[in-house]
Amino acid sequence: MTATAAPPAKPGTSAASRAVSHLFKARETGIVIALLLVIVVATIVNPNFLFSSDGFRDLLLTPSLLLLVAVGQAVVIITRNVDLSVGSVLGLTAYLTGRLFIDVPGIPIIVVFIAGIALGAALGLINGALVAFAKVPALVITLGTLYVYRGINVAWTGSDRINASDLPAAFRGLGTGQILYIPILTIIAVVVLVIAAWVLRNLRSGREFYAIGSDPDAAHLYGLRVTRRILTAFLLSGALSGLAGVLYAARYGTVSSQAGTGWELQAIGAAVIGGVAISGGVGTLWGAAIGAYLLLTINRALPILGIQDFWQRAVVGALIIGAIVLDRVLALRQSRKLLEIREEGR
Amino acid sequence: MTVAQPPTTPAPPALELSKVVKSFGAVVALRSGTVTLEQGSIHALIGENGAGKSTLVKIIAGLYRRDAGTIKLRGEEVDFHSTAQSKAAGIAVIYQEPTLFPDLSVTENIFMGRQPTNRFGRIDRKAMRAEAQEIFARLGVSIDPDRITEGLSIADQQIIEIAKAISLDARVLIMDEPTAALSGVEVERLFAVARSLRDEGRALMFISHRFDEVFALCDTVTVMRDGSYIATEAISETSVDELVRQMVGRDVAELFPKLPAEIGDEVLVVEGLTRTGVFHDVSFSVRAGEIVGLAGLVGAGRSEVARAIFGVDPYESGRVTLAGTALPKGNPRVAMARGLALVPEDRRKQGLVLDESVSRNVTLAIRDSLATAGLITNRTENAAAAVWASRLEVKTASLDAETGTLSGGNQQKVVLGKWLATEPKVLIVDEPTRGIDVGTKSEVHRLLSELAQQGMAILMISSELPEVLGMADRVLVMREGWLTGEFPRSEATPETVMFAATADKEEAK
Repeated sequence: MTATAAPPAKPGTSAASRAVSHLFKARETGIVIALLLVIVVATIVNPNFLFSSDGFRDLLLTPSLLLLVAVGQAVVIITRNVDLSVGSVLGLTAYLTGRLFIDVPGIPIIVVFIAGIALGAALGLINGALVAFAKVPALVITLGTLYVYRGINVAWTGSDRINASDLPAAFRGLGTGQILYIPILTIIAVVVLVIAAWVLRNLRSGREFYAIGSDPDAAHLYGLRVTRRILTAFLLSGALSGLAGVLYAARYGTVSSQAGTGWELQAIGAAVIGGVAISGGVGTLWGAAIGAYLLLTINRALPILGIQDFWQRAVVGALIIGAIVLDRVLALRQSRKLLEIREEGR
Repeated sequence: MTVAQPPTTPAPPALELSKVVKSFGAVVALRSGTVTLEQGSIHALIGENGAGKSTLVKIIAGLYRRDAGTIKLRGEEVDFHSTAQSKAAGIAVIYQEPTLFPDLSVTENIFMGRQPTNRFGRIDRKAMRAEAQEIFARLGVSIDPDRITEGLSIADQQIIEIAKAISLDARVLIMDEPTAALSGVEVERLFAVARSLRDEGRALMFISHRFDEVFALCDTVTVMRDGSYIATEAISETSVDELVRQMVGRDVAELFPKLPAEIGDEVLVVEGLTRTGVFHDVSFSVRAGEIVGLAGLVGAGRSEVARAIFGVDPYESGRVTLAGTALPKGNPRVAMARGLALVPEDRRKQGLVLDESVSRNVTLAIRDSLATAGLITNRTENAAAAVWASRLEVKTASLDAETGTLSGGNQQKVVLGKWLATEPKVLIVDEPTRGIDVGTKSEVHRLLSELAQQGMAILMISSELPEVLGMADRVLVMREGWLTGEFPRSEATPETVMFAATADKEEAK
């Protein structure tokens, strides 16, 4: 028979050493090392990059919002879809946040959060419904809603903008405040990440996202609730973009009709760099989150390293291509190895 | 309503389909599907391609909904709207091509959608893994439950499908041509598993084209033809000849009108063609006027060899010579120019542009020669297409009709016409009659025979043994990437060819 038996676990192989070897093999390890490398190099060139109170705070704070969007995006990509509308969703909810504080004086902050997340979820649900029921590729649907949502935003905002003075101090404090030197935004982002990653790893619904992305036809034959899961993925992506939108207002204070433009590409880039396969079924939310940190940290490190402005985008692009090429090479090597094992087993 | 019980069987049948009908538009795929599966018994369903077996299976699986007829599960009428419903009712279907998630682990594939969970809904990985191991131990196979499914052999993937059915505790197990891509040992392993499942009281349905397997494994058999139920018999009371007669419903000889042809010089010579993991050291030749059949199981690497010869796929070593000159690697354009044609296996995806007209498709491979100063007019296109459409008797409303609207048999004629228009010296046809009706089949066979008579060298890949035996002057057999047999027409019998196609390497040597 051609089955390849697992090499029996060596006696004395402890759970700890297996965990270590797993850690070395994990795709995420590579990007963590890359991230540390960037931080170390930038810090050597300019110690303030890490060893100043602002430097340390920015290191954690800047990628937090992108992390939220990238986590939602990663869930969608894992189901073999894509959500291009996240930047527009973020822009709309950021503006909504400002408007609520202006139009409803004394509105509780928590209500604003709920409203922002709800709007994001509703917009995500529209994406999901169009993709799941109309059976049109997500790329086309969300490209459409990217423009539609942004158009609504421009029509609503006009030349107006939200200014920091429009927002209550307590709310703005969220954007800059820290607990034990850790920015509040980072804490929120990491809590969301931990919960979402746990769900994707440990719940049936979470595993079904992977199954659907790995082979949609097989998922259908398995009797999985494909439509519901795809709706959920887009809903989640929308809700997290909505949350990021509220936090965007808190962090930056100023919201114009162009807030969040281009975030969709950064979020996809972060997920891909983090090892989430664009063809679905592979990758972790932790990977996408670290990808977001790597992407934005490099962005901040490049000027310090004296790399000219217009080269910075090229470096980011090279990083994305490099990540995809790396994944492809690893996949080819693995399938070749599996093939060889099968041939030997004959 | 009350269910009339036959006096001899006290327990109601596990699954009973009666006069089930299914049509797609104007095409009736299933006229009258009738089959009964008893508990603790293995039932064979046989019939030619296009007899409606797969449609029947998909209705049982809940993938299609029937237009008419009744389905009874243990005596109670049921109606499945989805695969989830039929699964919940205890029906497991194993398709010819296993449908698994390549990126997920073996264990996850077995339990997806119904993983064991603890109180908080968290998947209990340990329990899941232990159960997978237990099932594999019971089946007597060693598959690593933690590895990803990608890269497993078809045989192992089928074992995973069976493990899935066992973990579901399915009472009815449908296997649609599970042995199509298995070697002898793997078939034996599968049969042992199937018998033990039967002995546990489950009902199994086994679809196969191989009579020896049907007789070795099954207790009863139902024959279908052209979407209709023909007969059900106990295996002990029937014979291969009887079943063939029921399946084909006509004399086999008239299906394969083999004409005498003058065999000339070697036109296509293949030497030592190798591509790691796909095919190894494949050498053979085809002479002018000769039809060489390439037999073997699905997945034996036959199509891959054909694609490599034509230059669509790469190969690592070996050489291909066409009419005395070496053919460059990986260059279909040159291959075509030198007179090689490949009619691919999947005509809808690889052979035709379904949205384009019949005449566009027929002239697709000879565009350059039709063009005047780089421009092609509809008139020249239609004129060229008309020649082949009438010669091949393509049945179409007009040459401007979209090719996708034609029947399978006529689509196949269009693909053939496309390549014949290039006036090739060597024609490679891959499964030329798959999924087309019996009448058109014999027309295609007659055409191939005529072409050989006119001096064309033909390499015919086919999984249908009667077709290979009926048409070929010489039969080559491939198994798991190796050429394992070569028989002149006089020595090629179902037994010799099947043995070369399925026997283990050690035995074959």
